[in-house]
Amino acid sequence: MISFVLRRLMSAVPTVFIVVTISFFLMRFAPGGPFNLERPLPPQTMANILATYQLDQPLWKQYIHYVGNAVTGDFGPSFIYKDNTVAELIGKALPYSMQLGSMAILIALIGGVLLGTIAALRQNSVLDFSLMAFATVGVTVPNFVVGPVLTLIFAVILSWLPAGGWGDGSLQFLILPMIALALPQLAVFARLTRGAMIEALHTDHIRTAKAYGLPSRVVVVTHALRGAMLPVVSYLAPCAAALLTGSAVVESIFTIPGVGRYFVLGALNRDYPLVMGTVILVAIFVIVFNLAVDIAYGLLDPRVRHD
Amino acid sequence: MLFLKRTLATTALAGALVLGASGAFAETVLHRGNAGEPQTLDYAHISISIEGFIVKDLLEGLTIYDAAGKIVPGAAESWTISDDGTVYTFKIRDNAKWSDGTPVTAADFEFAMHRVEDPKTAAEYANILYPIKNAEKVNKGELPIDQLGVKAVDDKTFQITLERPTPFFLQLLAHYTALPISKANFEKFGDQYIKPGNMVSNGAYKLQAHVPNDTLTVVKNDQYWDAANVKIDKVIFYPIDDDAASVRRFEAKEMDLVYNFSADQIKRLRESYGEQVHVSPALATYYYTFDTREAPYSDVRVRTALSMAVDRDFLASEIYSGAQLPAYHLVPPGMEGYGEGAVPDWASLSQIDREDKAIALMKEAGYGEGAKPLSIEIRYNTNANHERVATAVADMWKNTFGANVSLVNLDVASHYAYLQEGGKFNVARAGWSADYADPENFLALNISTNKTFNYAKYNSPEFDKLMQQSYEEKDPAKRMDLMKQAEALISRDQPIAPLMNSADLWLVSSRISGWVDNSVNEHLSKFLSVSE
Repeated sequence: MISFVLRRLMSAVPTVFIVVTISFFLMRFAPGGPFNLERPLPPQTMANILATYQLDQPLWKQYIHYVGNAVTGDFGPSFIYKDNTVAELIGKALPYSMQLGSMAILIALIGGVLLGTIAALRQNSVLDFSLMAFATVGVTVPNFVVGPVLTLIFAVILSWLPAGGWGDGSLQFLILPMIALALPQLAVFARLTRGAMIEALHTDHIRTAKAYGLPSRVVVVTHALRGAMLPVVSYLAPCAAALLTGSAVVESIFTIPGVGRYFVLGALNRDYPLVMGTVILVAIFVIVFNLAVDIAYGLLDPRVRHD
Repeated sequence: MLFLKRTLATTALAGALVLGASGAFAETVLHRGNAGEPQTLDYAHISISIEGFIVKDLLEGLTIYDAAGKIVPGAAESWTISDDGTVYTFKIRDNAKWSDGTPVTAADFEFAMHRVEDPKTAAEYANILYPIKNAEKVNKGELPIDQLGVKAVDDKTFQITLERPTPFFLQLLAHYTALPISKANFEKFGDQYIKPGNMVSNGAYKLQAHVPNDTLTVVKNDQYWDAANVKIDKVIFYPIDDDAASVRRFEAKEMDLVYNFSADQIKRLRESYGEQVHVSPALATYYYTFDTREAPYSDVRVRTALSMAVDRDFLASEIYSGAQLPAYHLVPPGMEGYGEGAVPDWASLSQIDREDKAIALMKEAGYGEGAKPLSIEIRYNTNANHERVATAVADMWKNTFGANVSLVNLDVASHYAYLQEGGKFNVARAGWSADYADPENFLALNISTNKTFNYAKYNSPEFDKLMQQSYEEKDPAKRMDLMKQAEALISRDQPIAPLMNSADLWLVSSRISGWVDNSVNEHLSKFLSVSE
């Protein structure tokens, strides 16, 4: 297992390198630059700025310079948020996104699996249809609708919870963004679990377990749920990477100072280093979570061999 | 049990004391929505109003705008101007101090202006101070910095020499580019001088904390010369760029001020919040520019006909819900000494009559129904309001001329990069808001040598000559007259079609006192107070 993990981590290096290279050149092909403002800068000022950020160099030199610095952990200054380096911005924002994201994942995972299991056990009942209708709504209604509606009800009309902001990071500030962020994922987990659970409940070994007279709770939790978890675990990696590195929409709606907004703001402002920093961050998260999922797969299904 | 009782009693007593004391020592806090994250607090590099709102609470220039938007003394208590209008001598207040207790000196202003014009600083707005003698040459690296026309005569006397008389120079000194820097503090921290803990202020407030994209907190500066009259203890700026999120937080009573909400909300907000909704005309113009280099837009008849056919009242009242005012001339109203700008003669006609005349003019030019077909592409930067305006204008041109109109939108950076780099187009949206309240700031956009801002590539020797004469004219009234003549040429030639004068939209909580709407959109927190 250790050699598997090491091999996977080693193979991640070229993956990140390819992502960095593609992102770097793709971004430069986008029209406009970081200093093309509605009110343009005088040519001399523009020349001074381009020289300051080495944007007056040929593209290949800029690329080598960027990669050379990035391997040492220097992701450069932000072109737009000039008082901070990209590492500082991401360093400050990531804890907010991770705190919010991890709680949202937990809610989505526990809630989704629970609802999916209940629906599967009551297949084709009113309860099943109701739960799946709820899940469909969760998947189809986007965050930018759910978020403002929650705020309107709980912050503006009822005044129970804050309308936005991080505050001191206390639960009252987190509840609404957490729900908005978790809801679509909870719905996906519920649907995945239901489908996999129904399939698992019809397998031979579950029938055998039931025939042996094992209690239903043991059959469901120990035998059926374990098998049904495989698709859920597969989905967990991209879901966790997306939620932990911030959801731009939810962070904007609830004005959370997380990483997600930097990705959007960086792209819109052509802040090349900031976009690169967030791309690398997401790439690393995706790789690490995929690895974690592979390991979890092996634990859930001993037939999967990593070595 | 006795322990519990004693603990409860002690807690209750302490609580009562705290509550009792809170009335006397309650901290007044202003929650100020700020429409976006400041890109920097280094005032050599800031370029937008939301950064200006913050740094002007922190730093005070030689002159400032008062609550009504009039220029009044700031760090300088008085000044004299030489007879020829080129030498300004400022007396800095004796009691002006930095937040670390050190005195504000003329050397701090001299140092800051040297830094802004130093090419190595690459200050985006260095050109604002170009009226200062040699500033442009210094900024372009053609002269050494010590040749800049600024001098600390002594600790409290600061002298500025100009290239030529500049009637609006006192306004330029209230711009954030002209704010001072504590020389000693900058030498200690370098570019990190704007970080919380490092930064010192000579304004009403000092920086306490900054969490990017969350909050920026400033607290009252006890060393400020006018601290006794500063009523708010703490101002929290919320850098929220999502209009709807800002409004919701205002509605939830979490913010006292909201800047720049979506215009389509005005009606609803007015119904709910009445006087708390402020729409103040701004020194800004929303216009469409024609590419005068190529046919048919090289023909003044086509440009005029297209401009005439736009129902500006509809755009202002329906699309912007009254948040903008119809405009027929480039220079917005509110410029001191200028009065009403030159409007085209057709502006006085009804919209129906304008359309009739426009159709005739277009036919005369050989385009429109029954003549050469007219295909128009409108370019604009991605924005819901700009899209609605473009759609409405397209509809007006379709109905009036039978034109085939298509829309192209790009994000703001790409849109302006395209125009500034001289890309070919038919019609494009543009806007301009004043850096200082002088018509020159708008008219100079159309000078033929202005390669960047003159999107229309308007080339009128007559216009250029009038503008040049205005630069050389020392008599303020004659200078304004020359600029009016220049603006009349813009109205005649229509290289641009002015559509609307913009307004600044604010939500101002009824808790706030001291707020005055003004066209320069200057609202220092020191003039405000908050009631509980």
